Amino acid sequence: MSITHTSTTEPALNLGAATNREILAFLSTVPPVDEVGASERVALFKSRSIKADAKMAALLLAVQMMDLTTLQGDDTPGKVRQMAAKGIRPDPSDPTVPPVAALCVYPSLVPTAVEAVANTSIKVASVATYFPSGQVPLDGKITEVENVVAAGADEVDMVINRGAFLRGDYRAMCEEIVAIKKACGPAHLKVILETGELGNLDNVRRASVLSIACGADFIKTSTGKISEAATLPVTLVMLETIREHFANTGQHIGMKPAGGIRSAKEAISYLVMINETLGPQWLSPDLFRFGVSSLLNDVLMQIRYLKTGHYQGADYFTKD
Amino acid sequence: MTVDQTDPTNEPWEYAPSTQSTDVVDIASRYGLWIHGEEVDPASGSYFATTNPATEDRIAEVASGDRVDIDRAVKSARSATKGWASLPAAERSKYLFRIARLVQERSRELAVLESLDGGKPIKESRDIDVNLVAAHFFYYAGWADKLEYAFAGLDPKPLGVAGQIIPWNFPLLMLAWKVAPALATGNTVVLKPAETTPLTALVFAQITAEAGLPPGVLNIVTGAGDTGAALAAHDGIDKIAFTGSTAVGKNIQKVAAANNTRVTLELGGKGAHIVFDDAAIDQAIEGVINGIFFNQGHVCCAGSRLLVQESIRDVFLDRLRTRISTLRVGDPLDKNTDVGAVNSKAQLARIEELVAAGKDEGNDWFQSDCALPSDGYFFAPTVFTDVAQSSRIAQEEIFGPVLSVMTFRTAAEAVEKANNTPYGLSAGIWTNKGSRILWMADRMRSGVVWANTFNKFDPASPFGGYQESGFGREGGRHGLLPYLESGVA
Repeated sequence: MSITHTSTTEPALNLGAATNREILAFLSTVPPVDEVGASERVALFKSRSIKADAKMAALLLAVQMMDLTTLQGDDTPGKVRQMAAKGIRPDPSDPTVPPVAALCVYPSLVPTAVEAVANTSIKVASVATYFPSGQVPLDGKITEVENVVAAGADEVDMVINRGAFLRGDYRAMCEEIVAIKKACGPAHLKVILETGELGNLDNVRRASVLSIACGADFIKTSTGKISEAATLPVTLVMLETIREHFANTGQHIGMKPAGGIRSAKEAISYLVMINETLGPQWLSPDLFRFGVSSLLNDVLMQIRYLKTGHYQGADYFTKD
Repeated sequence: MTVDQTDPTNEPWEYAPSTQSTDVVDIASRYGLWIHGEEVDPASGSYFATTNPATEDRIAEVASGDRVDIDRAVKSARSATKGWASLPAAERSKYLFRIARLVQERSRELAVLESLDGGKPIKESRDIDVNLVAAHFFYYAGWADKLEYAFAGLDPKPLGVAGQIIPWNFPLLMLAWKVAPALATGNTVVLKPAETTPLTALVFAQITAEAGLPPGVLNIVTGAGDTGAALAAHDGIDKIAFTGSTAVGKNIQKVAAANNTRVTLELGGKGAHIVFDDAAIDQAIEGVINGIFFNQGHVCCAGSRLLVQESIRDVFLDRLRTRISTLRVGDPLDKNTDVGAVNSKAQLARIEELVAAGKDEGNDWFQSDCALPSDGYFFAPTVFTDVAQSSRIAQEEIFGPVLSVMTFRTAAEAVEKANNTPYGLSAGIWTNKGSRILWMADRMRSGVVWANTFNKFDPASPFGGYQESGFGREGGRHGLLPYLESGVA
């Protein structure tokens, strides 16, 4: 396990042996982020005009990239089965609309989800590590992850220890990710930074660098449980971190913005941003996901509009 | 493209063309001169064609004004000075506010016309040029009745008739920079637009008529270099304001000296971006891209030299190389175009000549491998690396999408190299360290210093140069002074 510097040929830091002080010194070499500049860059992505065939391709791709999510206290097996049916066949009247990428549920509903999507391409993702706060001791988190993987989850969405990160105990944060990665076994690990609690884009970049170095397969913005969820500038900084990691190591890390993405138009802005930041290679459900609960119907509405030339009301799209 | 549901990555996602409709603009087949509030034929009866640089198609014929027309326009402007200057200042404000609002109302039309005639991407003419034009008129409308407070005790008075010659890179915006302060201060104007981009000025003339601007307050005489020379040499003007090349600027200064005409000049530049190793690199890359590829590099304050700290040279150039490959070069009217058409055949030849010189000198270079349209004047974004200070491409203004990269080791060396140019218009400093920004800005010999950003314009901020970049300031309170007779000016 090693951390490679994001931009230059600094010697790699061996995380396994690194003290907190060494990690801190390493983080001071991560280039800063200018928030104003990042916002200006994002405005250019938003101003791209995506029409006609390009729009249809984007909408269909967006469907394939969705992690349909339900993470509520009142979730039931019935609710999850409904969501699974929607994910398998998002628009019953239009068989050209592909299935979504995955269902994302709480640990207790993993068996239901696994059964509901059996024999389909859809993966099952489970949040774990005492999502959303993560405020329990590490052994509890490890047990939870082992349980969801044993229950058949293909993907695990963990939360980082923001308390440790913000108090400067990077070693504790990193140790948790390394331990969870190990507990995941064959399951893919998505590491949620909960960027709304990190305070600024410099911290977003630092947390991204550390998460990737500790073994994240995907980095993810948010739990969706606090008001500040995924934003384009936050996602841009994470994509840039992924790009530098790829330039240095050739390793592909995935990205998942989650929470707050509700319109097809916004989803297309994300796709433009990936296309122009990481390139077309990342325009794939293997490397990009949307964590969403209400985006799908707006995308379906746009697809039907492109095909028929007029909008249909909300009642013509199923609510799962 | 169609999405292959098993592997969506096997075909790149191409943005479909998203072309701005030209229905919003009604172009006449022929335009006369604008003198004394009406369109008139040129004395010579001769016209020249203005073309679309993206297609080489002729757009319209425009009157070729000569010495006789200039004389007529100056006389019209002179006849209007008394009435205009003696209006209550608040009334002058009202005209400027009205013009600003009309520019906003017709913003889409003006943006499309600017892109058609000049080749700049519609996203720039729409989001930047026309918005700034309206902002400039709003800003100077506000000053018109406050001149006594701006220059308290100095009894500011208008000069009389201002001759103004503007370039082709920001046709309507340069008109606004010149016309708004001149009118706000009570002067009348004879304006000569650039030969290749006269159309938005002529639509602007119609806007002033719609605003009820009294005849003679604004006159527009189109034509080529001779027309401008005739204006500059006319002994009936009290002031000449010129934006354009340094060579022409020097001639204007000679002629103006002979006639005792006041002069302000806004000329060329060879602006330096200075990127320190602690900069926010991804945002610095964006700033450098914006600094040199904005408006195809046809920007007098373009950051055409990049001074990058040697320790981050490799990583910075790698990212720059990746980034320029994502710039979309092509049809200026496509809303997704980042780099449009070079303004004219002559300018394209100039760019090609200097790029060839840069290659002959043995500089390393790389270029975006974007496909260029077969018709029209286009040039791919180009970067020369490890350029010597003595190289032509480090010294001469290219005025195109061509960046020359040099390295430095210390801040002192960066200052020395950045200032080592006959020009002095703009500089950009990229560092995360606030104290270093101030240290550097103190030492930059350039009219504008941007920190961690570039090409930001605001009507409240003065703009102008040192040395061969000219003198006099446009914008802000400073921008009023060149149009005022007062105790200090």
